[in-house]
Amino acid sequence: MSHPDHSLSLAAPHSGSLDGLQKAALAVAALGVLALLMSLPMEQVPHAGLWLASALLAITLGALGYAWRSYAHRPAGIRNDGVWQTALTSRGAAAWVVGVLLTGFYVVLYFYPQYLGLAGEGKANTGIIALFDPLSRLLSGNPASQWFVYGAIYTVAILSMGVKFILKYRHNTYQVVRTGSVMFFQLGFAFLIPELLARLSLPYNDFKNMWPLNYYFFDDWNVKGMIDAGGFGLFMLLFGVAMIFIISPILTYFHGKRWYCSWVCGCGGLAETAGDPFRHLSDKSVKAWRIERWVIHAVLVFAVVMTAALIYSYLGGDSAKGFWVTRGMLLGIIVIVLGAVAAVLLIRPGMVKEIDRTARFVGIGVAVLLIGFTAWAYFTGRGDIFFVQSYPLRKTYGFAIGSIFSGVIGVGFYPLMGSRVWCRFGCPMAAILGMQQRFFSRFRITTNGGQCISCGNCSTYCEMGIDVRSYAQRGENIVRSSCVGCGICAAVCPRGVLKLENGKVSGRVSSDPIAIGRTGATLR
Amino acid sequence: MSMEKVVIIGNGISGITAARHVRKRSDARITVIGKESAHFFSRTALMYVYMGHMRYRDIKPYEDGFWAKNRIDLEHATVARIDTEIKSVMLSNGSAVAYDKLIIATGSESNKFGWPGQDLPGVQGLYSLQDVEAMEENTKGLSRAVIVGGGLIGVEMAEMLRTRNIAVTVLVREDRFWGGILPRPEADLITRHMREHGVELRFNTELGEVLAGADGRVRGIRTTNGDAIECGFVGLAVGVHPNINWLKESPGIRTRKGVLVNAFLETSAADVFAIGDCVEFHTHPDPQRKNIEQVWYTGRLMGETVARTLTGERTAYDPGIWFNSAKFFDIEYQTYGWVRNELQDGEAEHYWEHPAGRSALHLVWNAESRVLHGVNSFGFRLRHDVFDRWLREKATVDHVVEQLHEAAFVPELHHRFEPAIRRSFSQGSTATA
Repeated sequence: MSHPDHSLSLAAPHSGSLDGLQKAALAVAALGVLALLMSLPMEQVPHAGLWLASALLAITLGALGYAWRSYAHRPAGIRNDGVWQTALTSRGAAAWVVGVLLTGFYVVLYFYPQYLGLAGEGKANTGIIALFDPLSRLLSGNPASQWFVYGAIYTVAILSMGVKFILKYRHNTYQVVRTGSVMFFQLGFAFLIPELLARLSLPYNDFKNMWPLNYYFFDDWNVKGMIDAGGFGLFMLLFGVAMIFIISPILTYFHGKRWYCSWVCGCGGLAETAGDPFRHLSDKSVKAWRIERWVIHAVLVFAVVMTAALIYSYLGGDSAKGFWVTRGMLLGIIVIVLGAVAAVLLIRPGMVKEIDRTARFVGIGVAVLLIGFTAWAYFTGRGDIFFVQSYPLRKTYGFAIGSIFSGVIGVGFYPLMGSRVWCRFGCPMAAILGMQQRFFSRFRITTNGGQCISCGNCSTYCEMGIDVRSYAQRGENIVRSSCVGCGICAAVCPRGVLKLENGKVSGRVSSDPIAIGRTGATLR
Repeated sequence: MSMEKVVIIGNGISGITAARHVRKRSDARITVIGKESAHFFSRTALMYVYMGHMRYRDIKPYEDGFWAKNRIDLEHATVARIDTEIKSVMLSNGSAVAYDKLIIATGSESNKFGWPGQDLPGVQGLYSLQDVEAMEENTKGLSRAVIVGGGLIGVEMAEMLRTRNIAVTVLVREDRFWGGILPRPEADLITRHMREHGVELRFNTELGEVLAGADGRVRGIRTTNGDAIECGFVGLAVGVHPNINWLKESPGIRTRKGVLVNAFLETSAADVFAIGDCVEFHTHPDPQRKNIEQVWYTGRLMGETVARTLTGERTAYDPGIWFNSAKFFDIEYQTYGWVRNELQDGEAEHYWEHPAGRSALHLVWNAESRVLHGVNSFGFRLRHDVFDRWLREKATVDHVVEQLHEAAFVPELHHRFEPAIRRSFSQGSTATA
């Protein structure tokens, strides 16, 4: 039924394919990319500042010009025309090419930064990293690194594709404000503030990047760096801990996990902007949902075990001198937290009533097992807990989860598996926020009575692979742990059936389907 | 005792709703016979497949494994006739399916009114999966199309064609868009919006004949006024009628325009029921409604009602408060209760339209008691349960306007329309018929 063409267009392929202005804009953006790539083999980059500024400007202006031409001169509305008929957005040849290029970029970035021109000890940068030196010096005073280059390109991507997204959804205030928010947090919190901290000789810190998404937050060098940085450093440490245990639970209770995942987070920010043309590629099957639950919670357990083991082992060493937390206290905290989890799963008070059987037993099992390990460590006075070497474990996590899962697969596979592979299957932060959203939050997507026509737009355009329709056509509200509250299901619904809302916690899961007939026939 | 066998002819929304609810309520053996497709799909979503928003598989509301898991047997076949004597459905492939209870849910067919040239290649309606496949072929490399009929299917076809930059002219028999349903201001709003999308509308214009080219395909049309329009495609969107031709060989089941049923959806044959688009009531249980009603939602309600009857709880069809919805290009439409195309005797009304011309609210009420009769809303999502309650409880228009925020279902952070509507309402300009 579908007839993919070979257009590279991200918008309507049939609407005049590409007109002159769109082609010109794409050419300008391509020249900008080419200008960046040209620096790769260079030992020294002449006029690096001007060169870089021109290249980034060309990319931004080209992207904006293209977006302007594609959306702004047409009436505002849902413009998914040709999405499944265009090679790039329907896993055609162009999608594979882009997927391979993106994946390759991440492999080089993480494992072979020398090919980008990263300098060895005491030497000057070359290639594309040297190209970014002037911008880095301007912000932090230091030469660029591969992470600076990556951060700068990432920010440009979110900003320019964010403007495109805003033009595309300009009739929907929620989308406009939300996208403005991710653009703000990327530019300010993820990019500029950390660079300015470096200029002030303070430790690098992205304030919005919480543990366990920020898996190195509790690494000894990071904690020590913050403590050694005086009053402001201590504030960073306390703020980071408060984010995890106080700020994030409160915000998630009132607004759902969307306050983070689709309003603040950088991974979410890229997915919502640059990843938007690929959101429909997520797998909606029940099978994918089952895999999702196993994998994401396994990563969460991995992150918790790795972090606890790491803290435990360095608390016993010299580097922890002056920390007021001791091994005994850490073990106490672990037992209390895991004990609380196990108790909630065991007793199943109120809202946790409907938890899945398997989830319940696996959760209790894991918690009890880890409590046992912790007790063992306490009573034997071992140098490690959970019977693992903490530093190799930390390295494995950084490689397998931090680099491969979140980067290479998470972004590299955008054109093949959709834009939220990492957020859905991998992110331990999303797992924690998700549990809270599922059981202790005011957020839900309300279904509007009997108006659903089962068309499937909501499910198709759900980047998290939630089969929204299966709830909507039963007249049931949607309360799912994975929902990031992007609001696109409600936007694409042609019959006004879905609405993101915060409201009373009780009765939010299954609203009564609207009673239609006086004799009690109900539409569900 | 062997389990009762329920056979359903038609795997559209009515038949499938019946099957699902019979399964929920009983252990009966269930067979659904479908001619059009192997699995149930959402007919209302066919336009999105053509426009590239979704693939065919995306408009199937249930995974293919759902049916076996719920013990609903699917038969992709055509029915030749029903033998009500031996209680058996004869398929065109020669086999027979015996039933204890039979449900007919065969939907509609597109209308054609005997125009010369109406069967030429390149002339088609839009109802079935096969129609969309044909439209894909018929519009390849096309630059101009004519659509006959200014209603829901007409505007859908126009939207589909416009996504491929095909010039579209719509012939509308009435003096306004969807004139049999919409009051004048709403029709004008939609007309302006369609024109913004590059659609040409010709009112008070009817199709005279379809003209053939040398290649035997459509090359244009002539209107009854004698105007000729060149085009390579003609979309016929002049309504549908019950799909009952195939019942000619089944004399046990009485038909008129549709399969005749009583309030319990029972046909003239014992243990044979009919639901959905193909049904014609002797007398509709709700006197406000027509005896044939082709709406997604009523199909669902009938499916659920008949499932109750079949599982031991004989239930009369009672559709409750009328509601419907549609989307015209970018403008969503919802309606609750009755807003007729012309104000009825004893009714009063208020029409509000946002200055941008993409949102509107039309309230109609009893001039004397001020009880609300109905609401039309455009670009302004309303809560179904709130309006359903208000209409049931006979709320006055004053109460509804006062409490309108309760019914607003617009996205968060969206501009609120209620203050402007209240101001406009209190300033009057209320017409009474």
